[in-house]
This record gives sequence, C-alpha cells and structure tokens, in this order.
Amino acid sequence: MPVAPVLVLSSFLFSVGIYGVLARRNAVLVLMSIEVMLNAVNINLVVFNLLLRSISYIGQVFALFVITIAAAELGVGLAIVILIFRNRATVSIDEVNLMKW
Amino acid sequence: MRAYAWLIPVFPLLSFFLIVFFGKRLPRKGHEIGILAIAASLLVSLGVFFQQIAHSEQTYERSVTWFRFGEGGRFVELGVHIDGLAAVMFVVVCTVSLLVQIYSTEYMRDEVRYTWYYACLSLFTGSMLNLVIANNLIQLLIGWEGVGLASYLLIGHWHEERANSNAAMKAFITTRIGDVGFMFGIFVLFWAAGSFNIAHITSVVAAGGVARGTLTWAAVLLFCGAIGKSAQVPLQVWLPDAMAGPTPVSALIHAATMVVAGVYLVARMYGVFNASPAALNEVAIIGAITMVMAAGLALVQDDIKKVLAYSTISQLAYMVAALGVGAYTASVFHIWTHAWFKALLFLGVGSVSHAVHSFSMSKMGGLRKQMPTTFKTYVIGSLALAGLFPLAGFWSKDDIIGGAYHAARAGSSVGWFVFLAALATAFLTAAYVARMIALTFYGKPKYDPEHVHPHESPKAMTGPLVFLAFMAIVSGFLGLPGKLNLFADWVRFGEVEHSFNLALAGVSTLLAVSGLYLGWTIFRMNKVRIDLARSPLAWFYTLLQRRYYFDDLYFNGIVHPISGPIARAAYWTNQKVLDAVINFAGAAAVSLGKGLYNGVDQPIIDGAVNGLATGAGAAGNGLKFWQTGNVQIYAAGLFVGIAVFVGVFLIRS
Repeated sequence: MPVAPVLVLSSFLFSVGIYGVLARRNAVLVLMSIEVMLNAVNINLVVFNLLLRSISYIGQVFALFVITIAAAELGVGLAIVILIFRNRATVSIDEVNLMKW
Repeated sequence: MRAYAWLIPVFPLLSFFLIVFFGKRLPRKGHEIGILAIAASLLVSLGVFFQQIAHSEQTYERSVTWFRFGEGGRFVELGVHIDGLAAVMFVVVCTVSLLVQIYSTEYMRDEVRYTWYYACLSLFTGSMLNLVIANNLIQLLIGWEGVGLASYLLIGHWHEERANSNAAMKAFITTRIGDVGFMFGIFVLFWAAGSFNIAHITSVVAAGGVARGTLTWAAVLLFCGAIGKSAQVPLQVWLPDAMAGPTPVSALIHAATMVVAGVYLVARMYGVFNASPAALNEVAIIGAITMVMAAGLALVQDDIKKVLAYSTISQLAYMVAALGVGAYTASVFHIWTHAWFKALLFLGVGSVSHAVHSFSMSKMGGLRKQMPTTFKTYVIGSLALAGLFPLAGFWSKDDIIGGAYHAARAGSSVGWFVFLAALATAFLTAAYVARMIALTFYGKPKYDPEHVHPHESPKAMTGPLVFLAFMAIVSGFLGLPGKLNLFADWVRFGEVEHSFNLALAGVSTLLAVSGLYLGWTIFRMNKVRIDLARSPLAWFYTLLQRRYYFDDLYFNGIVHPISGPIARAAYWTNQKVLDAVINFAGAAAVSLGKGLYNGVDQPIIDGAVNGLATGAGAAGNGLKFWQTGNVQIYAAGLFVGIAVFVGVFLIRS
C-alpha cells in the first residue's frame, strides 16, 4: 500500500488543526482543532506501523492511547469552557486572558 | 587514719566553695557548713594525731604527681607529709578554728557580709592546713599565699572604713616583701637539691650534697618569708594594724593560722637551717631582738588588742629564737601552749569589747564584777602568758630559756644573747600582763555608764573561753621535764633535748613575779606615780610610742616617696605616654574602620548585592510583558519553536 498519499492527508489535517488552534476565537472550535491535530497524528502512527511492518502493532497501540487521552482531555476542556461561559457569558479566547502580568 | 589525712585540708576548702555558692540561702547563713567542715577536720586530725603518737618514730608520706616540667623528669607533687610536728599543728589549727567559728556565731551576729566572713574563715583554715600537710615547697607556698589572701580579706572585713582597708593592704604588702625572699629560697633549694620535696631536700642536705654557702643563702631567704609572716623585726609593722579585723579573726591569726606559719616553715625546713650555723644565728638574733622590742611596745599601748598583738610578736620571737638556738622541741611546744592561751586572750578581749564597745583600756576598768566568766578565764590566760607556775606558758617558756642557756653554755655568744633577751622578755611580759589586767578589770569604771552597760557574753562566747582556759592550764603538762616529757617523744629533731633547768625555772619565775608585782603596783595600786612623758626616761617612752620609728621610717622612706614623686611620675607616664599611645591606636582604628565602611563596604560589597537585586527586578519587569494571558500566542510560540527545531534537524541531517 502506498503511504505517501496518506502522509499528505495527515499533513493536511495537521495544518488545518494548527490553523484552527491559532486563528479561531471560539474556544470550542479551538478544542475541535486540537482533535483534528490528534487524529492527524493517529493516522501517521498507523501508517508508519504499516510501513515498518512491526508485528507488535506498536503504532496501533499508541493510536488507541491517543484516542483515549484525547477523550479525557476533551472532557476536561469542555468542562472548563462551560464554566468560563457561565461566569463571563463568553467563550472568546481573546477575552479570557486573566492569567497575565 | 593517716591514710585519710588528705581530707583534713579538703573539708574546709570545700566548705569555702559551698558557703560562697549556697551559704546565703541556708537558714543559718552559712556558718553551719563552716562549723561542720572544721569539726570533721578536727575528728580526722585527732585520729591522725593519736596514730602518729603511737608510731612516733615513723613519718608518713604519700603523694601524687601534679604535673611534670622541664627535662629530666622534674615534677611537682601534691602530697601529705605527717610527722609529730604536723600532727600537733593539725590539732591546734582545727581546734582553735572550731572554737573561733562557734564564738563568731555570737560575736558577728547581724554583722555585714556574715556569710562571706564564714567563707573566708574556711578558706583561712583550709589554706593553713594545706600548708601544714604539704610534703613539698610548692604546695606549702600555695597554702602560704592562701593564708595571706584570707588574712587580707578578713582584716579588711569592715572595709567601708578607710583605716581597715589600709591595714589589710599593709598586712598583705608587708608579708609579700618577705614572700619574695621565700620564693627565691625555694628556687635556690630546687636548683641545689633538684626537688621541691622537703624530705628529699632534707636528706640531700644531710648527705652534704649542697655547698655550705648555698645552704646559708637558701636558709636566709626562706627565713625572709618567715620574718614577714611571723611579723619579726624588721617586718613586724603589719601585725598591730591587723587588729582592724574582727576580734575572732585576730584570735585565729595569732593563735593558729597566719603568724605561726612562719615559725612552722622554719621548723619544717629545720634540716636546711640546722646545716647552716650562720643562718641559725641569724634566726636566733632576729628572734632575740624582736622579743624584747615587742614586749617593750606592749607596755605602752592603750588599745588592748594592740597589747596582745605585740605580745604575739614577742612570743613568736620566743619560738623563732628557740629554733635559732637549736631548741626545736621547745619551740614547737611553745606554739602548742601559746595557741591556747593566746586564742583565749583574744576571744576574751572580744567578749570584753562586746560589752563595752571599745578596745581602749582607758574606757574599761572594773569589769570583773559584771563579767565573771570572762574575767576568770582572762586572768588564767594572762598568767599563762606571763609564764606562772604551773600554767602552760611556764613549761614552754622555761624550755626555751633552758634551751638558750644550754646553747650559751656550749660556747655560743648568740646563745647568751638569746638567753638574756628571753629573761628580759619574761620580765616585761609579766609587767604588761599585770598592767592589762589592772586597767581592764580593776579600778574604777572608766566607760560611759549612760550608754554602756557591761554584761556577761552569751554561752556561744563563754563556752570556748572556758575550754581554752582549761587548755591553758593543762596543755603545759604534756611537756613536763624528764621522763614525763611526752611532747619531746612526739616532736623532735634528732635527740631529745634536755632543756629544762630547775634553777633557771626559779630565776624566770622570780622575774615573772617581780614583773607582775611592778606592773600591779604601778597601774593598780597607784603607789608609784610616774608621768613617763616628763621623767628622765621620756625619750624612751617617746621611742616606744613611735614604735621605734619603724613605721615612720617605712612611710617616709618607702611609702611616701613611692606614693609621691614616683606615683606622680607613673601617673604622668600613664596619662601622657601610655594613654596617648592607646588613644592614638584607638583613633587610628576608628578612622580605618570608617574608611573601610565608606570606601569598601558600602559601595563595593553592598553595591554588588544591591545591584544584583535591582538587576533581577528590572529584568523581571521587562520580561513580564511576554506573559499576555492569551493562550493562542503561547501556542504560536510553541509551534514556531517546533518548526525551528524541525528546520534545524532537516538542515543538519
């Protein structure tokens, strides 16, 4: 199986994720962009495992770990976002800059 | 018991520290410790004494090495040396000290520094016992100086009065002059015999290991110490002034502790003295001169304590002269008897002064009715001092006169000198004793009856008097002539002396009785009225009044030149030279310090520290703006950083 197109796909997804993280103002969209980046990484892990023919399937194992942790991270992240919204009636990241000098 | 002898000086010295530290908190202000300690010492002393007289041939010596020094294993020991002499001294010192301490509980009641007074008494006794027990000269010197220190403290007990503190200093400094000689004597002996141990020195000297000239020097130098301590001419001036101390202290000084130390030193080092006839002659001559001079002075004193002070000097001179003519046993026997009756007399005077609040005999008179116990005991002590048969003084004094006569008959001109001086002194002694009794206890009362109501003293004071009076009667019987002379068995140097002589005893008794009669007729019966100041003997009276001009000589010849120009010069040097140097050094140190503070400490050291702090603060201030609180900017930094690292990796690989 040719890997190059898959790697291109994952690079594309990763770049879209970066853009989302850096450019969007909505906190929910930022979290979603992070998920996109993580999935790009998962694709990479699986494809490289295929490429290297690792019989221990280490790539797949890691991908499963990443999915699990991503789920946990998203739970925490969304909880924070909801609390911020309740307190400040906004989810704009620009307006949530309390932790500064 | 002799194995425990080392405890004898330890008890009082320990009690000194206990009283100093805890005395004030005790119900009796410390005197219970002092009395207990000295009673314990007395018990041990008696045990040692009886064991010693049972084995009078043996001396007992034990020591431990204190420290080593120099090359060839030279060392100083701490040890005990017990022979008849030391055993007798133990009993005398402990008993008199015990009685004095009991007596003082009443005499010093409610006085200032009561606790300190008892501490000093303990120190005094302990030092004297250490001196007596010492088996080497260094340990003896320590006791010697301790005695000097304690006597200084006690003579100046009421130091609020200038005269008392002056008297204390006079006693300390005068004896110190003699001590210089004493120390050099020790050095000479150490250099010649190679040891501080007295027994060793004596044996080396006896074996002829020391040259005659060296030996004479050593003995004369040692005797300098004895002259100072025992108040012999020419250093006798301190003892009368030492009367400034409390009267029980005077009793202790005169009977047992301080002044006897000088005689004891000569007796202890008799092996050295005996080997040098020149030194012995010097000892004898000094003693002979002193005994007559002091007895003469005692005849004109108004202060009853000064009568006794001069009497002590005179009696000590008896002992010294006896040693000088070779009557060793007689001398120590006189220490023994003298201690009892002289302590009795001083404590009696204390009792009298307790009643009339004065020591001046011109303010006493007629006290025999008010104070019967004091009167009776005082008369016994006085007659013992005068040497009347069969009281204690008679036996010891006649042993000394007999010893001098023995030496004189052996062809010694010094012996004749001592013999005649001793007879003259016996006469003078009886005369001043009669005068003292007559003026104090007989005649019309001369005190102020408005303010003074004489009364007998309390039991704590009369008790010791009665005991001492008993001793003043019986202590002489230890030295009966002939086979009965127990004392000569206990204490002797070489062969037993046969010094008692019946004819001489008759002569001396005759002299004593005539002296008593003369004194009595002049001062009691008023049969002979002489105004001494207008008589042909006026010059002699003045001479006595001025104490042979010794004090004038010392004050005008030594003290005033020193306190005058020399002291002023020293003061000038101190102010202008020494202080200038010190002030200059001080000022220089201060300005150097200021320079360092302003030039180094503040700008450089403090500057560096402060600069670091300020720099850190400023850097923080500048950098804090990077923390915007905007998470996306942080993320951008993160990605840019990763991109840079990836780029670097790509280029390098």
